[in-house]
Amino acid sequence: MPNSNTTSGASIELLNVTKQYPNQDQAAVENFSMKINPGELIMLVGPSGCGKTTTMKMINRIIEPTSGSITIDGEDVLSLDQNTLRRRIGYVIQQIGLFPHMTIAENVSVVPKLLGWSKEKTAARVEELLSVVELDPKTFLNRYPKQLSGGQQQRVGVARALAADPPVMLMDEPFGATDPITREKLQAEFLRLQESIGKTIVFVTHDFDEAIKLGDRIAVLGPKSKIEQFDTPAKILANPASTYVSSFIGEGAALKRLALLLVGNTKMGAASKAHAKAGTVKVSDNLREALDRIVLAGGNTIGVQDASGAAVGSLSIEQISEALGADVSALGK
Amino acid sequence: MSIQAARDVSTSYSQPSGRKGKFFTAKRIGTPILIVVALSALLAFLYLRGEPDSIEGFALNWEYQLARIDEHIRISIAAALLVAAIAIPLGIMASRTKSKFVRGFITGFANVGQATPAIGVIILLALIIGIGWTTAIIALVLYGMLPVLRNTMAGLAQIDPFVVESAKGMGMTPLQILFRIELPLAVPVILAGFRTTLVFSVGVATIATFINAGGMGETIVVGLKLSRPAVLLTGAVVVSCIALLMDWVAGLIEDILRPKGV
Repeated sequence: MPNSNTTSGASIELLNVTKQYPNQDQAAVENFSMKINPGELIMLVGPSGCGKTTTMKMINRIIEPTSGSITIDGEDVLSLDQNTLRRRIGYVIQQIGLFPHMTIAENVSVVPKLLGWSKEKTAARVEELLSVVELDPKTFLNRYPKQLSGGQQQRVGVARALAADPPVMLMDEPFGATDPITREKLQAEFLRLQESIGKTIVFVTHDFDEAIKLGDRIAVLGPKSKIEQFDTPAKILANPASTYVSSFIGEGAALKRLALLLVGNTKMGAASKAHAKAGTVKVSDNLREALDRIVLAGGNTIGVQDASGAAVGSLSIEQISEALGADVSALGK
Repeated sequence: MSIQAARDVSTSYSQPSGRKGKFFTAKRIGTPILIVVALSALLAFLYLRGEPDSIEGFALNWEYQLARIDEHIRISIAAALLVAAIAIPLGIMASRTKSKFVRGFITGFANVGQATPAIGVIILLALIIGIGWTTAIIALVLYGMLPVLRNTMAGLAQIDPFVVESAKGMGMTPLQILFRIELPLAVPVILAGFRTTLVFSVGVATIATFINAGGMGETIVVGLKLSRPAVLLTGAVVVSCIALLMDWVAGLIEDILRPKGV
């Protein structure tokens, strides 16, 4: 697992950033401003063509902004050498873009090599990273990308982006091309990884559920990358700033909010065998899963277990809606 | 998660490198056998019909034939290598440039080179810069440019743009992207073009004899002019075998240089 010598995140600030393509009358991104704190995982969510990817790609200057300023830890990105800048920013795209003629080890060591790391240091780092993304180094080091499944390739993509331990990561729908089961696994893994490495991450997606699941804060973007709302998932779900945002949240905002609340943090009833018979949830599950389990069992209450499987309480539908209500009033300004 | 990783492993290929198939494929063995059979049949035919007459004797001897074969191979390989040295950089330039004029000029030039009958080009060049080996090479180079040029452009164009984008996003300079990513990935396509050019060169090098540059064309012309079918046949069979041999060698090189994992 990653250790204490991991570089943690940097702050990013975009100020009045605009991208205007010469042959179009409308700007792709207009006057975009955003402050991102070190170690934050920011989700840019919006419909296709709203400029979210363009906005992200201006941070590592794959796309050059027309005007405005971008700083990372106070350093002006636009005055840096492009390649020096990019070697300090991890970059993961949906299509992954692994180099097909290089082994997994060679793919992951690209940036360390560009930075002139020693062979030993690079090799050690590659092994460490493959373990971090749950790929056995012995099995995978010498394989070629086409010998890996889509999920494995995306893990290599993440490892490659993390190779030189950059403070900032840019991720463009990295899990968009994988099947739902693999995607959920990758997301869960990614959350756990981010908990330990604490990078500043700008993550682009069009999937609002993914945004809720992963983001510390979500920016819901409209056309020309206009920020419709920029807040924590819970607050956006509880108080959508406009009809545009609510339409983007879609049906079932309450259920989505339940997914953010953990069973362990909810006021529970006493444990009883009868409840446990109807079904059980773990304290680490969320309330949406608990509700799902209750409805599935056809009852009103289910048992709650701790990680070791011991009964610690029970949870009823009333208690779940109470918890949701408490959450709403806590969020209300 | 580790369970998932283990399951993923089982669904991927078990071979560490799935690239190299059988080394001895039908084509790898077939071509050399064909060459040996053709040359043996030729030798048997020449032996069975007895001593050549005095005119045939001029061409039908080992010393003369080996000298022509040597010239022929030298001319065609030299021309093909020169084509590679010129057409690959030109192809890179043509695929890099934003100017439609430059790209049009480069491809147009190569197209004209190939569309013009080689015999016309070689005679014209001989009139301008004189006869001899150099002239023959220049004509062959002009004639053989197109396959390598076109395949260099096609080879670069077929690369997944997202592979290039991720290379860029990782901070590779344009030159690093070209030499470490794009060219290695384009190698199979470029080599296929080189192979075509090489075989072209062997065929077209037969006309080098018209400007006194030697080669197997000389044997063929001698056979035609002096009405000696045996000489003509010898020239034709040998030059065909050279072409087959070149194609075979180029195929081997293609397989060796093709990047693993592609």
